Amino acid sequence: MDAIILQTLNGLDKGSAYALIALGLTLIFGTLGVVNFAHGALFMIGAFCAVTVQRILTLSVITLDPNKTDFLGNPAKIKTPYVEKFFGPEIGAGIIDWSVPLAILFAIPVMIAIGFLMERVLIRHFYHRPHADQILVTFGLAIVLQEVVKYFYGANPVPTPAPAAFAGAIDFGVLIGFDPNQIVYPYWRLIYFLFSIVVIGGVFSFLRFTTFGMVVRAGMADRETVGLLGININKRFTIMFGIAAAVAGLAGVMYAPINSPNFHMGMDFLVLSFVVVVVGGMGSLPGAVLAGFMLGILESYASLNEIKAIIPGIDQIIIYLVAIIILLTRPRGLLGRKGVMEE
Amino acid sequence: MSKSNLTRRGLLKTGAVAGAGLALPTIFDGATWAASHSGFTNAPQGKTVTLGFNVPQSGPYADEGADELRAYKLAVEHLNGQGDGGMLNTFSSKALDGTGILGKKVEFVTGDTQTKSDAARASAKSMIEKDGAIMITGGSSSGVAVAVQGLCQEAGVIFMAGLTHSNDTTGKDKKANGFRHFFDAYMSAAALAPVLANKYGKDRKFYMLTADYTWGWTQAASMKEFMEKEGWSMVADVKTPLASTDFSSYLAPVLSSGADVLILNHYGGNMVNSLTNAVQFGMRDKMVNGKQFEVVVPLISELMAKGAGANIKGILGSSNWNWKLQDEGTKAFVKSFGTKYGFPPSQAAQTCYVQTLLYADAAQRAGSFNPCAIVPALEGFKFDGLGNGPTLYRADDHQCFKDVLVVQGNETPENEYDLLNVAEVTPVEKVMYKPDNKFFAGGNLGQCNSGA
Repeated sequence: MDAIILQTLNGLDKGSAYALIALGLTLIFGTLGVVNFAHGALFMIGAFCAVTVQRILTLSVITLDPNKTDFLGNPAKIKTPYVEKFFGPEIGAGIIDWSVPLAILFAIPVMIAIGFLMERVLIRHFYHRPHADQILVTFGLAIVLQEVVKYFYGANPVPTPAPAAFAGAIDFGVLIGFDPNQIVYPYWRLIYFLFSIVVIGGVFSFLRFTTFGMVVRAGMADRETVGLLGININKRFTIMFGIAAAVAGLAGVMYAPINSPNFHMGMDFLVLSFVVVVVGGMGSLPGAVLAGFMLGILESYASLNEIKAIIPGIDQIIIYLVAIIILLTRPRGLLGRKGVMEE
Repeated sequence: MSKSNLTRRGLLKTGAVAGAGLALPTIFDGATWAASHSGFTNAPQGKTVTLGFNVPQSGPYADEGADELRAYKLAVEHLNGQGDGGMLNTFSSKALDGTGILGKKVEFVTGDTQTKSDAARASAKSMIEKDGAIMITGGSSSGVAVAVQGLCQEAGVIFMAGLTHSNDTTGKDKKANGFRHFFDAYMSAAALAPVLANKYGKDRKFYMLTADYTWGWTQAASMKEFMEKEGWSMVADVKTPLASTDFSSYLAPVLSSGADVLILNHYGGNMVNSLTNAVQFGMRDKMVNGKQFEVVVPLISELMAKGAGANIKGILGSSNWNWKLQDEGTKAFVKSFGTKYGFPPSQAAQTCYVQTLLYADAAQRAGSFNPCAIVPALEGFKFDGLGNGPTLYRADDHQCFKDVLVVQGNETPENEYDLLNVAEVTPVEKVMYKPDNKFFAGGNLGQCNSGA
């Protein structure tokens, strides 16, 4: 029982990342009709926004300490971050400690700008080209972005810790009447789940309750009619591309403390996210979210030792297995609408 | 009328060769001379000799590959008499004199393994066939090392393994043309087990997560063997796919499994993530079975420690070498590497540098670049002054035997490179094994291949 609760929590956490990335993918696909293989790279860039903010906050003045020596016997270089110089060591250290949450503020404009640029400079030229061309160009873009990040940050993962207040784990089991250590779950992963709920809720409310969102939804349903009504739908779709990039970026920022960011982390999520989108139904936003959490939880259950003892290796194939079953029984995916991706 | 093939010219030639052979019996015998200047793959012509450095230049291990390449370039400089000479000054063998190898200037070509066996074989093949590399060295993965070693054996060139830690490299996959200076999974376990039992007590239950490939399996099997000898008992050994990035679903059951130690048989990015995840799950500050829960990483490298950040603090593991050692060889190497690049070298850099020197020295002593002359020069070779203390290149399996370091994540690093402390130096006798040990059985060196 405790194992199942634990893996459910875990699945919700994994599902959060899948859902956020798949949500952005679906937003782009639903509005612009583009299959964006660079979406994983946007997630990765988000994580590196956290790294960048951490780097900026720890920019340091270097002073030489004649009393200490470095490994070559020269006077040691002592680094003091500027923020500690300006705000005093305690407040300064506190600001550095909170670099990941602060990175959210940094990431939103940066990611929207990157999304905007991507759409205006490159992707809009591919709207009327076949999906295969779109996939090739966005996949190529993903590789370019990856190598650019590698050039500046190296290939090694960069540790980006969460604030000390959220380090460690909560003994969840004790709260609901289990023995200690039965259900222990990290604080930051719980926060990640809550954060994803907020972001998903935000995107849905934005589309649901604002005029802008209403126009976008109308455009997703019938682009030509909205155009005929004199509304510049392309401009709004470009903005949606920026928002989708920001969603992927935020997912990346908050993911940075979970696993140290590296330049190829986007690719690890990309394929899974496509499976999520297909299972959820191409073009369906609720489908993407539902499928994200569902596949996350299934993947976690499949890695239970008891289940792996019956079917070895099931944890590695479960997602694809489910995808095959769903596509065979419901070719449009869980919540897919008629007419999307169909002639 | 019978026709004789004997001509005046032919007679003169035969006589001259025979005369030379008789006149110089102590320097050359005809066969060796011929074999050492032709009759083997990529016999160097002209005034230079080309070495092939096959390291990951792209992909997740690119930073480690970059450090290996720095070390190789430094070794080439030192062999050619540039720079301060580094470990050539402390090396017990004095055959090398800074004039290249056998009087030929050392040049090099590089290949990108991408940490993929097929890419690594392709780049090694290209360096051998197109660039005329006489020796291939490098690697940051045992899968790659085993693949490239097999290729070099077939091609008739020497393979000097870089960072590869699987028992199989000099065990069931050993080859006559391949040599490994780096230590192996068995030695890590043999060195770590007594230290772990001493620090954490005899009555412990351990849970293992193991990367699902050749290195992971041999590391897990070795750890199990040695920990059980110390009285520990294994709760589970869970294989994790090499492509895993998030280990939470494998870690979630650990705390409630009754285990009080977690052993992570992971390397590189896998290890950075699994250790980071384990610390998130509170495994560094929980009490289980009335004991402090502990995490162990059998193989720790500097780059992994850097990637794991503060999570590495206090974690025990093993290393082949550490720049903080105080022997003369290490000091000389750290000085020349640090002066050239501005930071201390990693253990991957050290093993690559040393392997290049060992190859050059063997060629110099053998008086030939012929692989079948170099193999006997390295077999049973005893040396010192290269940073690991007295070392033996064992003839039976082409594995180096030397002291093993037990390292621990530094709790109070003074700078960004000060990540690991040497907790203990386990003497070579404690990690020595017989060539037919069960973890290494099944392989056969075979015959050296010169490509002739």
